[in-house]
Amino acid sequence: MIEFTLNGTPTRFEVTPDTPLLWAIREQGGLTGTKFGCGIGACGACTVHIDGVAVRSCLVPIAGVAGRAVTTIEGLASGLELHAAQAAWIEHQVPQCGYCQSGMIMAIAALLESNPRPSDAEIDASVTNICRCGTYERIRTAIHSLAGKAEVSHG
Amino acid sequence: MGKWTRRAFIATGSLVGGGLVLGVGAIALAPNRLRIVPKRADGHERLTTWIKITPDNEVVAVIPHCEMGQGALTGVAMMLAEELEADWGRVRIEEAPAEDVYANGYMLRGFGAEMGMEVPRWLERAVDYGTYKVADFAGLQITGGSSSTRSTGQLGMRVAGAAAREMLLEAAAARWSVPVGELSARSSQVVHGPTNRSATYGELASDAAAIKPPLHPRLKPRDQYRLVGTPQLRHDIPSKVDGTAQFGIDVVLPEMLYAAIAAAPVPGGKLAAVDPEPAKTVPGVREVVRLDDAVAVVADGYWQALQALRALQPQFTDAGRGAMDSEQIYAAHAAALDAVGSGDAPAGGARTIAAEYRVPYLAHATMEPMCATARFADGRCEVWAGTQDPLNARRVAAAAADVDTADVVMHNLQLGGGFGRRLPGAFDYVEQAVRVAKALTPRPVKLIWSREEDMQHDYYRPAVVARMGSALDAEGRPISWTSYFTGAGFLDAPAAAPIYGIDAPDVRVADAPMHLRTGSWRSVASSQHGFFMESFIDELAHAAGRDPLGYRIALLSGKPRHRAVLERAAAMAGWGHAVPEGRARGIAIVECFGTRVAEVAEVGIDADGAIRVYRVDAAVDCGLVVNPDQALAQIQGAIIFGLSAALFHEITVERGAVVQRSFPDYDMIRLANAPRVNVEFLESDAPMGGLGEPGVPPIAPAVANAVFALTGQRLRSLPLRLA
Repeated sequence: MIEFTLNGTPTRFEVTPDTPLLWAIREQGGLTGTKFGCGIGACGACTVHIDGVAVRSCLVPIAGVAGRAVTTIEGLASGLELHAAQAAWIEHQVPQCGYCQSGMIMAIAALLESNPRPSDAEIDASVTNICRCGTYERIRTAIHSLAGKAEVSHG
Repeated sequence: MGKWTRRAFIATGSLVGGGLVLGVGAIALAPNRLRIVPKRADGHERLTTWIKITPDNEVVAVIPHCEMGQGALTGVAMMLAEELEADWGRVRIEEAPAEDVYANGYMLRGFGAEMGMEVPRWLERAVDYGTYKVADFAGLQITGGSSSTRSTGQLGMRVAGAAAREMLLEAAAARWSVPVGELSARSSQVVHGPTNRSATYGELASDAAAIKPPLHPRLKPRDQYRLVGTPQLRHDIPSKVDGTAQFGIDVVLPEMLYAAIAAAPVPGGKLAAVDPEPAKTVPGVREVVRLDDAVAVVADGYWQALQALRALQPQFTDAGRGAMDSEQIYAAHAAALDAVGSGDAPAGGARTIAAEYRVPYLAHATMEPMCATARFADGRCEVWAGTQDPLNARRVAAAAADVDTADVVMHNLQLGGGFGRRLPGAFDYVEQAVRVAKALTPRPVKLIWSREEDMQHDYYRPAVVARMGSALDAEGRPISWTSYFTGAGFLDAPAAAPIYGIDAPDVRVADAPMHLRTGSWRSVASSQHGFFMESFIDELAHAAGRDPLGYRIALLSGKPRHRAVLERAAAMAGWGHAVPEGRARGIAIVECFGTRVAEVAEVGIDADGAIRVYRVDAAVDCGLVVNPDQALAQIQGAIIFGLSAALFHEITVERGAVVQRSFPDYDMIRLANAPRVNVEFLESDAPMGGLGEPGVPPIAPAVANAVFALTGQRLRSLPLRLA
């Protein structure tokens, strides 16, 4: 049994300790916003925050989050108020198929938390998620629109 | 009923009260579906099959297409709302259920036009009849071929919206005893100016539903459009930023189990033997299911199922093809081409140019791997999946479950990318899920392919080899054109026909064995032939000592739309002006799915020798643009999609099986190497073209042509790699 905090709520999962966090939050947690893309940490579709840091949840065994705070896309908004990145994603009409965008938004929310005004080079270095629909132009525009005004999120 | 006529159909429709009992013949004669009205199951009035109006004046557009990020549902609903004069803020969009009445045969006519089959207006009804026959036999409810907006929207939804508007006006005229001519419809209400009376569509809907739909409703002239042509927010986007969008992989059912699967690695191979014991020692494993050509493990969780699957050592046959590799495949292509002809440029010119081009198999690599959930119980089957044709998927499920189609309910969910992978003919994942679920009756089973399974069991974009040739006259103009290529499918011929003014082009197809399963890949045959044609014309320009832009324009004298996009893209890119040090530009133009797209790529070489694309300027003529911001998104995305293929993608075969496994060896453009993309649209009165696909083909030749301008290396195969 693993105990941790999931989107602000104390949570216990009865799963084998090597189960990747991705599958535990999707199946035991019932939170399907976090997506499976490759299972080897190459695409970023499963990105969540662990203690505020963006990680690829397909590579983290559930045992690794014992006692820690996990935030998923479902926990990014503060109540009814969207996180600034989510609002910018709507304003700039970023998603196409949308499958990668949970992970993309989580990666960018974490980046903005630590670096509210990232340069293009810093964006490139820290956000390596794949978007197969190719929405990068809008992702970059949306990030720059957020520069300096990202809300601090506490999931 | 005897002879089928439109009038006979209308009568029938009235008699049966609009139930779903109408036969195929009747559907075939109702191109607008104006009276095929399903039962009022939800208590809302329906004006035509596509429009529901609620008492509180909400208009529901029922769209027979799926959402895979292309924004088609929003665009098609805009066309309907435009003609209906609906208040766009009060329009809700529903995806049509997978039922026969929603078969969308319009797209077949779209493909007819694509293949050069122009339909005279007086023949249109006959063509509708024919296409509906085909559509209904095939059970098409397809989203693909850039068909939604230009076929369903342009030919179907506009007419339905206009008809409903006329029915609402007529209902108001009867209610108020005033002439219809004194009424106007605007923003979901009907107004009678002289008496200052008004009624909402919701208030008029039940009266209007009793009115016989007009056979030929008057469509709005384009210059009176208020909604179409303005940027509108896509209805599906809010759910894609907060994790609530339901993709095929996301369905959750009570008692659901999870399955992982491994199919035969060599195409055509069968499962010979598997010892299930190693899987059964994994906690949570319920069953090892043997299929004809695959083995699946079912467990309480997906991770357990996958771990258990990986513990197995299934033995597969190789259909006698276990020694095949890419080299042999291409050798077979060469032999097939040899049999067709030499491909050498015909004599007669001052000089001849000939070159062989090659493009590889490509995987679709949708971000959401193939997946489907099925439940079999009491002789009935329910399926949840994201497909590009739920009606056809339903038939596949019925066959796999060995039940009547009527006993299958198909729930189509959002697609985590389609690009052609989830089209009919490629529903292996649906079939597998049903078979596995049947073995676990009555529990629902969610089958998820691993990324590796997805990469290695695709219906690949066909590999093609092309031998191009041309003779140039003394001024360097091409006086002949040969293109002999290995065949990939039914859209080859239009894609391979040169757009340039060259007499009697000699275009020939050679049949070559494909080995791998093949299917449609975003832009279909144009992805190969756009590269061949636009690289080769560039070769001719350089051989003639001419500027590649001016050379093309001189050969497009009768094609003002082609010339216009070329000139616009060139101007946007600063063609003819200096480029930053160490970079060069290349240009290409492709016509596909009725749309002309010209792209200019600005290219450099990184320190590590990798080709780097810094900037792409694109000009697009697709006729009418319905939702400009989404049109832009489609071209932006298509360029990235095409660029990933141009620079990185190649599926190869060793020992009969696909070599590539996941994103490390099938890499994608990411933020760091995504070029800046500028797009402009040149609207025209021409028939609507597609937008999802046409942005893809020009990017590979534009980049290859830039590489030549920069390095002098003519790269004739994809992906582009410097020597």
